[in-house]
Amino acid sequence: MDKSQGRSAQEAPAKELPNFVTASGHRGLQLEEKLIFEQGVPGRIGVDVPDAPKGAANKLGAFARKGTIGLPDLSEPQVVRHFTRLSQKNYGIDSGLFSLGSCTMKHNPRLNEKMARLPGFADLHPLQPEKTVQGALELIDTLAHWLKTLTGMPAVAMSPAAGAHGELCGMVAIWAAIQAKGEGATRRRVLVPESAHGTNPATAALLGFTVDPIPANERGRVDLAAFEKKLGPDVAAIMLTNPNTCGLFEGDIKKIADLVHAAGGYFYCDGANYNAIAGRVRPADLGVDAMHINLHKTFSTPHGGGGPGSGPVVLSAALAPYAPLPYVVHGAKGFELVETQRAGTSPFGRLKGFHGQMGMFVRALAYMLSHGSDGIRQASTDAVLNANYILARLKDVMSPAFAGGPCMHEALFDDAFLKDTGVSTLDFAKALIDEGYHPMTMYFPLVVHGAMLIEPTESENKESLDAFIDSLRHLATLAKKGDQADFFHAAPRLTPRRRLDETRAARSPILRWKPAQPPAPTAQAAE
Amino acid sequence: MGAGAYRHHVPASVDAIIQRGEFLTSYTPYQPEIAQGTLQYLFEFQTQVAMLTGMDVANASMYDAATAAVEAVQMANRVTRRGKTILSGAVHPHYRETIETHGKFSGFEVVSLAPNLDGLAGIEAKLDAKTASVVVQYPNVFGRLQDLTALAAACQKAGALLIVAIPEIVSMGAVTPPGDMGADIVVAEGQSIGNALNFGGPYVGLFAAKEKYVRQMPGRLCGETVDADGKRGWVLTLSTREQHIRREKATSNICTNSGLCALAFTVHLSLLGETGLRRLAGLNHALATTLEAKLAKVKGVRLLTDAYFNEFAIELPRDAGDVVEALADKGVLAGVPGSRLWPDDASMAKTLIVAVTETNTVEDMDLFAAKLAEVL
Repeated sequence: MDKSQGRSAQEAPAKELPNFVTASGHRGLQLEEKLIFEQGVPGRIGVDVPDAPKGAANKLGAFARKGTIGLPDLSEPQVVRHFTRLSQKNYGIDSGLFSLGSCTMKHNPRLNEKMARLPGFADLHPLQPEKTVQGALELIDTLAHWLKTLTGMPAVAMSPAAGAHGELCGMVAIWAAIQAKGEGATRRRVLVPESAHGTNPATAALLGFTVDPIPANERGRVDLAAFEKKLGPDVAAIMLTNPNTCGLFEGDIKKIADLVHAAGGYFYCDGANYNAIAGRVRPADLGVDAMHINLHKTFSTPHGGGGPGSGPVVLSAALAPYAPLPYVVHGAKGFELVETQRAGTSPFGRLKGFHGQMGMFVRALAYMLSHGSDGIRQASTDAVLNANYILARLKDVMSPAFAGGPCMHEALFDDAFLKDTGVSTLDFAKALIDEGYHPMTMYFPLVVHGAMLIEPTESENKESLDAFIDSLRHLATLAKKGDQADFFHAAPRLTPRRRLDETRAARSPILRWKPAQPPAPTAQAAE
Repeated sequence: MGAGAYRHHVPASVDAIIQRGEFLTSYTPYQPEIAQGTLQYLFEFQTQVAMLTGMDVANASMYDAATAAVEAVQMANRVTRRGKTILSGAVHPHYRETIETHGKFSGFEVVSLAPNLDGLAGIEAKLDAKTASVVVQYPNVFGRLQDLTALAAACQKAGALLIVAIPEIVSMGAVTPPGDMGADIVVAEGQSIGNALNFGGPYVGLFAAKEKYVRQMPGRLCGETVDADGKRGWVLTLSTREQHIRREKATSNICTNSGLCALAFTVHLSLLGETGLRRLAGLNHALATTLEAKLAKVKGVRLLTDAYFNEFAIELPRDAGDVVEALADKGVLAGVPGSRLWPDDASMAKTLIVAVTETNTVEDMDLFAAKLAEVL
């Protein structure tokens, strides 16, 4: 029986389409979208705004705004379509595997979004009377309890708005403790491994500390001998990431902590990689004095295209008295928000407006409660397993940065496998975009040549990892043929935009849209 | 309630857009080929912020107004190579405390003037050759609008930068922007547009400056360029200022911004447009003067603010904190009492800061006035 139903039995020849141009500039689902400022017609509006009450006084005095602001007027359908089209030019975790190392791009459960929008959290004004916000304060206290229990630390500062802000908070607490001991003038040096995140030296420098790099050994860990030589009475702290940015556990970490404590310094742990050990290792047992926790990594609050984040900082007993304002306590009147200095404490002050990233707290606690302590432990275990699967299946075609031994939650490769191919780490990563993946972290950590850092997280199943690995194996094999440099240089080809000219953007920066001709003041402005 | 956080109506389409997975679950747009969506809205956001504040350029957002104010002070220190800032007595205490904290450990001098309805009082007397910046708020923490032109001229003469903090960005739909009065840097709390109160966060700090200072600006910047095919596109730019490139020499340690809150801001402001923002701001102002007229009739209430937008201060015959507590029991959130913002300053105890937005009805206001009369 003919099952073709009239269709051609022969497959259409797979020939390259001519470089044809559409009248609209769109290419099927790849829709070109102008700036909002290039759209709109004066008088349109996307929101119903009621009329003002009649007869109300005008008390703007001489301050009424004159001239036009310059904003375009659009309808709601126009606005929704505009931003929907823009969203389609973006890659998110929801789109596919997001291999970006050090960033922990795990699935963002939608339950968390729903909880954060409950009006009892979302509609609270930060300065309402405390008796009207007991639930919100209890939520902060409960999240603090989970963070303290998971890390084994006695205190936590909840207000930092992001990881780097948390780092600042932790380092200021260390600074304050040093000041209190009268060593502010002498303890001026902070030891930072060469593999550290850029925020570490930037934070230390912000506090006026001298940054002293510690080299890595051939195993990708802190060179213990070099570290010991750098210790002295002028050392304020060491800032260390564990697992480190090479995706390796610092096996000597307890010894490092003991040595820095013996020298009178403090141990700041960058908690960016906490997703590898949450529920399995308690930072308190490693001798940590302060560690920030990126709720937007380990506890799945969405990255949102670059924020908002949240970076609570757990603190040791030595640093707890210096924790910033405000903080929540439970007293005779229920939960209280402490906004001023209390007897017996020496808070270093306030780090931001109001109390912290409440919306992120709700999401993180929803994640914790829905996973439970066993689920959190399982997640970190699976994150490590997934990274090791990638390492194991790619080590024959790519070059692991540190041979021998498993990794933690991320697999690190160098560019040795691309040697003499004419293909760089950047080219390789851009080709991965055409394969439908967000590239790995490139050229970081700095201690590895042409680094490629892959963090799959626990969110990926085996099929998804296998498909990703197939793409990487294909590209590595292709690159190693040695005559494919042009193919890689031209990648990506299939994206809404191809490689962008960053030099041009920086040389003569265009940072805003401007009308071709400045608009004339309208009559409306004189209202 | 007010005092730096405002309850506005956020159209449902804002939340629908920001929950699209391609926005919600994306990362910082370091791979521009697959992040043009984020980059284009950041470029639109920067343009909107520059327009609203009357400034040349704006960055792609900061954590909140308080942290943006700190970054502004530190930027002024870099530009002027000086290390002293003067804070007006009418700056939000949270902004002031955040700047003071950073001054302690970063080693710059902070001169904070005592709380004063007149946010300009005493500033010029403190200006000297060491002064890097002056920070004022507009409308100030008491809601008051004051002309900054003379102060801007005095700052310029002294070689200091004028930093203006805007707590309620909707005000820019009705009042003269700080850029028109000579501000060098404008920071603002952008929560009011697109973002819920959320008990204080996450919010979105706005940061705008004169063009000549662009290479000293903190935070992420999105810039226009072209791709390999010559098509217009956007990238993060001037990143040689940032920590991931410059490490200990960076202008700031900031990594994250408030991307999704900035998106909410941009979507909401696109829905409003020029016409909508003007109408919304006009409505806020009219409702505020309506409430003020009703409260003025309550025995013992004295108005403290002359020119204002949607927020004003009143003096009560007794402790405003007690009145707020008593009104809360009667189902009215009256405002922010002086004791909450200046707990150590008894002279502020009877002051109450009241804000009105389009979410307050005339019936709400009648109830407020009636209950206030009951408890006074």
